[in-house]
This record gives sequence, structure tokens and C-alpha cells, in this order.
Amino acid sequence: MIELLLEPFSYDYMLRAIWVSALVGGACAFLSSYLMLKGWSLMGDALAHAVVPGVALAYLLSLPYAAGAFAAGILAALGMTFIRQQTKLREDTVIGLVFTTFFALGLLIVSINPTAVNVQTIILGNILAISDSDVVQVVIITVVSLGLLILKWKDLMVVFFDEGHARSIGLPVTGLKILFFTLLSACTVAALQTVGACLVIAMVVTPGATAYLLTDRFGRLVILSVTISVVTCALGAYISYFLDGATGGVIVTLHTLAFLAAFLAAPRHGLLAARRRTRLNAAAGGQG
Amino acid sequence: MSAAPLIAVNNVTVTYPNGHTAISDISFDLRAGTICGLVGVNGSGKSTLFKAIMGFVRPARGGIRLDGMDVRQALKSNLVAYVPQSEEVDWNFPVLVEDVVMMGRYGHMNMLRIPSAEDRRKVDEALARVGMSEYRKRQIGELSGGQKKRVFLARALAQEGKIILLDEPFTGVDVKTEAAIIDLMRQLRDEGCLMLVSTHNLGSVPDFCDEVVLINRILLAAGPMQTTFTEGNLARAFGGMLRHIRLEGGALHDDADPRRVTVITDDERPLVFYGQSEEQKIVAGNGAKEGRGEK
Repeated sequence: MIELLLEPFSYDYMLRAIWVSALVGGACAFLSSYLMLKGWSLMGDALAHAVVPGVALAYLLSLPYAAGAFAAGILAALGMTFIRQQTKLREDTVIGLVFTTFFALGLLIVSINPTAVNVQTIILGNILAISDSDVVQVVIITVVSLGLLILKWKDLMVVFFDEGHARSIGLPVTGLKILFFTLLSACTVAALQTVGACLVIAMVVTPGATAYLLTDRFGRLVILSVTISVVTCALGAYISYFLDGATGGVIVTLHTLAFLAAFLAAPRHGLLAARRRTRLNAAAGGQG
Repeated sequence: MSAAPLIAVNNVTVTYPNGHTAISDISFDLRAGTICGLVGVNGSGKSTLFKAIMGFVRPARGGIRLDGMDVRQALKSNLVAYVPQSEEVDWNFPVLVEDVVMMGRYGHMNMLRIPSAEDRRKVDEALARVGMSEYRKRQIGELSGGQKKRVFLARALAQEGKIILLDEPFTGVDVKTEAAIIDLMRQLRDEGCLMLVSTHNLGSVPDFCDEVVLINRILLAAGPMQTTFTEGNLARAFGGMLRHIRLEGGALHDDADPRRVTVITDDERPLVFYGQSEEQKIVAGNGAKEGRGEK
């Protein structure tokens, strides 16, 4: 039994999948703590889809895939900003318009040059077969992102909470926002490898949402969010060995299970706690 | 008196990227130890002026100097504290009352924003001063309207800015809190702070302001309360936006007394009593002449 459980650790590719997933999960979870507070969750989804043509082109021209993805992400963000400024269309409409355009373009490129890269790799991710050079890119992206976030997390919190106050204490608000979205695109690209374009949104939304139910302080929210995500991502990669299933699917399912547990049993904001309060209030009312 | 005014607004024009000019050619000076009301209708450019003072928007023409410095420098040296409108705040944000007040100290901390003993002491003081010490561990969304306002006042206190900008501080606040806020502003004035208070609550302006700035895209009037907050200037500031009720002649007197009462109000129709205590008569009823804005 023990032997069977330890079996994944005897394969290099499994070990690598586990720690790379955990690293990506940590960085994405840190960002998710901010993203879900602003109602910008869909931005993560949009970026993940928008980078697809960049990845496809990068593979085609044998450039580092992160560079291509990044360029496409920036282009999409600029496109959205431009359309927003020039028209009165609502934000969700503009996001929907731009990211599907980019995604379609990406699929087109991949389907015309089927040898360049496997469509399934981009859409569903394939952490088990990640190449050495891709691992290097993912590690650089996530370590740099986590480092910057640890340095700037309080400044970013003020910017997200109250821009006016952030300016009044002399913070470079626009610069910090650009930093955040740059890190978000970079980590989205890193997450493409692990869970694929379709499920990246779960990586940058769910851990933050789970942690939000567990605490009322932002600092703790970040710690919880990152911890939950590191554990679920590592565990997900490990379990996928036995299930022989898509790693991304397993990881996101675990994220959802964590969310459901918090939703039910969170000490203050959970369903059971709310029931208990209602019952206590009713009892107190009955006596009084 | 200090040589340079704390706020010097000089011929400021702000045009947004879409070509809309929100304010043009606005100039006024304000000195330390003043409470100044910034009065105008919605869309008159009050918030644009605030944004310009905080460097959110850059004037297309003219300039703003704060205590002799340009805006960016002034913000870096923690000169300006900002108390936002309640609607602007995300009350579901996972922060406790004391976390918000601590944000006021960030400008005084090093790059990692790790609070010192002094920072903690200033937060305690600020919370005590607005009477919110016992609520310090509450999440901000769990507070009442007046308590919410006080948290942000405490943050401004902890920040120790000499200029405090308050955006509609009396909206959604009960009468008791309003009195407490006014009291606090008076104390701060005596300590040498300058407060610029945007409001459309005309009735309370004479209660607490020393000076007023009336704007409607352009500067209509600026100066001491007594000489500036006049019927004529208000009529120009608000145009047709206000109910303007004048009571005179038969509605007020039984003789030929030419004196009159003027009531200006922004939304609700006022109830005005006049006369001896026991037999007051309602004068702002049907008999009163009512006009919209016209003098």
C-alpha cells in the first residue's frame, strides 16, 4: 500500500509536476486575493484566452512561449482599454468581444500549423510533459512574481481598497496597477502549462474566494489563499497519477472541494454558522 | 500667518480625455486654520477639483500648489488626507477598523510598511478621538453609517495631514454624528489644519464653515462665509436646481411690514414656522410664493 502511494515520487516527471504545480498555484492564489475583491475575476479568464495566439505563434517561430504569450496579453489589454475609452460599451461586453477574438485567432493559427503545438496542450494544459526550458520559464515567472508581491502586498492592498487614499499618501497608483496586471498576465501564462487556458480562471479566482469566507483580514486572506492553493495543486498533480486523468481537471476539482468545505463550515461566513446564528437568535427571541 | 497659502489654486482648467471640460479658470487661496465649504450642484466640478488637488487629473492649464510645493511633492510628504464618500468605499473588503486606520500611517512607514510602536500609538489615539476604540476589531461592513464615517476620519487623523479633504461627509449620517464630525473639524481647525469640505447640504454650511467656494464649472464666488454665502451667489450657483421660497406680505404679516423670510432648499419642501411660540402659523404652505431659482 505504502509502496503504491509513494510510487509517483519515484518518477522525475511526477515530482516535477508536483512542485511546479504548487509554485504556480501559490503565485496565482496570491493574485486571486486581489482580483476577486475588485469584480475583475473575468479579466483572468480573458487574459488566459487572449494569450493563446501568442503561445501558438511563439511555438511556430520557436521563441520562448512566455514572450509570445506576454505580447498577446498586453495587446489584448490595450485593445480592451482602447475600445472602452472610445465607446460606451460595458466592460463585460468589451472583455467578451476581445478575448474571444484572440482565442479564435489562436485556434486558427494552431489548426493551420498543426505541427507547431498541440491544441490540447494549450487548452487543457500538460504539466506531466512539461519541457525543461518551459520549467525554467515557469519558475522565473512565479518566483519573481511572488517576490514582488511579498514586497508590495500592502501597497497593492491600499490601491485596491481606496485609490484616493493611495494617492494621498503618495503611492504611484497607476504604476502599481500596471505591475499587478503584468504579474497577472505572467502568472496566467505560467498556469497555462499546468491547467490549460480553460481552467486558468479557477486558479486566479477560487483560492481567493475560499479564503474570503474564512477571514476578515486581508493579510490572513492572502496566507490562507496561498496555502490552500499550494496544497490543492500539489495534491492534484499527485492524485492525477492514480486517476490517469487530466491534471488540470483534478487540481480545479480539489480547489472546488476546498471552496465547498469553506462554504459549509467557515467559522463566521459559512452556511452552518449562519444557521447556528439564526437558531440562537430565535432561541434568544423565544426566551425574551 | 504662514507665508504660502496651504492650498493655492491658480487658473485651473481640467479637460478630460473625451474632450469634456469639467472646470475652467478656477482660482482661490486657502490658509491654515480654516474650514472651507466647497459648494455646488452635482456635476459642477466639485469632485474634479478634489481629483486635481490629489493629482488624479492633471490640469490642462493653470496649477495647484500645496504649502508652496507641487502636488506630487506634497502628497509624498503626507500633507493631504482624504475622507471618501461612503458610496466610494467597498464595505465588503476584508479589513478591520484598525487596519483601515493603520493605512493612514503607511506614508510614514518604510517600504515594507511594517508599523512601529509610534504608528500603533497614533492609531490608538485616532480611534479614541473619534470614539471608535471598542469597534477596532470589527470588519468595516458591520458598522452603522455614522461609525463608518468616523473610521475614515480616524484614518485622516492618524495620517496627520495638514490639509484634509472631506467628500460629502454628512451624507447618510445621523444628526448626532453630524454634530460630532463638526466638533472634530473645529478642533482640527484650532490645531491649524485646513479642511476643504464638499457638500450640497446648504443648511449646515453656515454652521461650520469659515469660508466658502461656490463653483459651477467656473468659480462663482470665494471668500469668507459672511460676505460670500449670500442669496444672490447661491442663486447663481444653483440656478434652477433649488426650491426657492420667499415669504412676505400677507403670508407673514398682518401689517405693511416689508421684511421677508427666504428659504432655500435642495430637495424636500421645507416646513417653516413663524410667529409667537404658542400660535405659530405654517407659512410655507399653499399661501407662499414659490419660485425655482429666480430671484
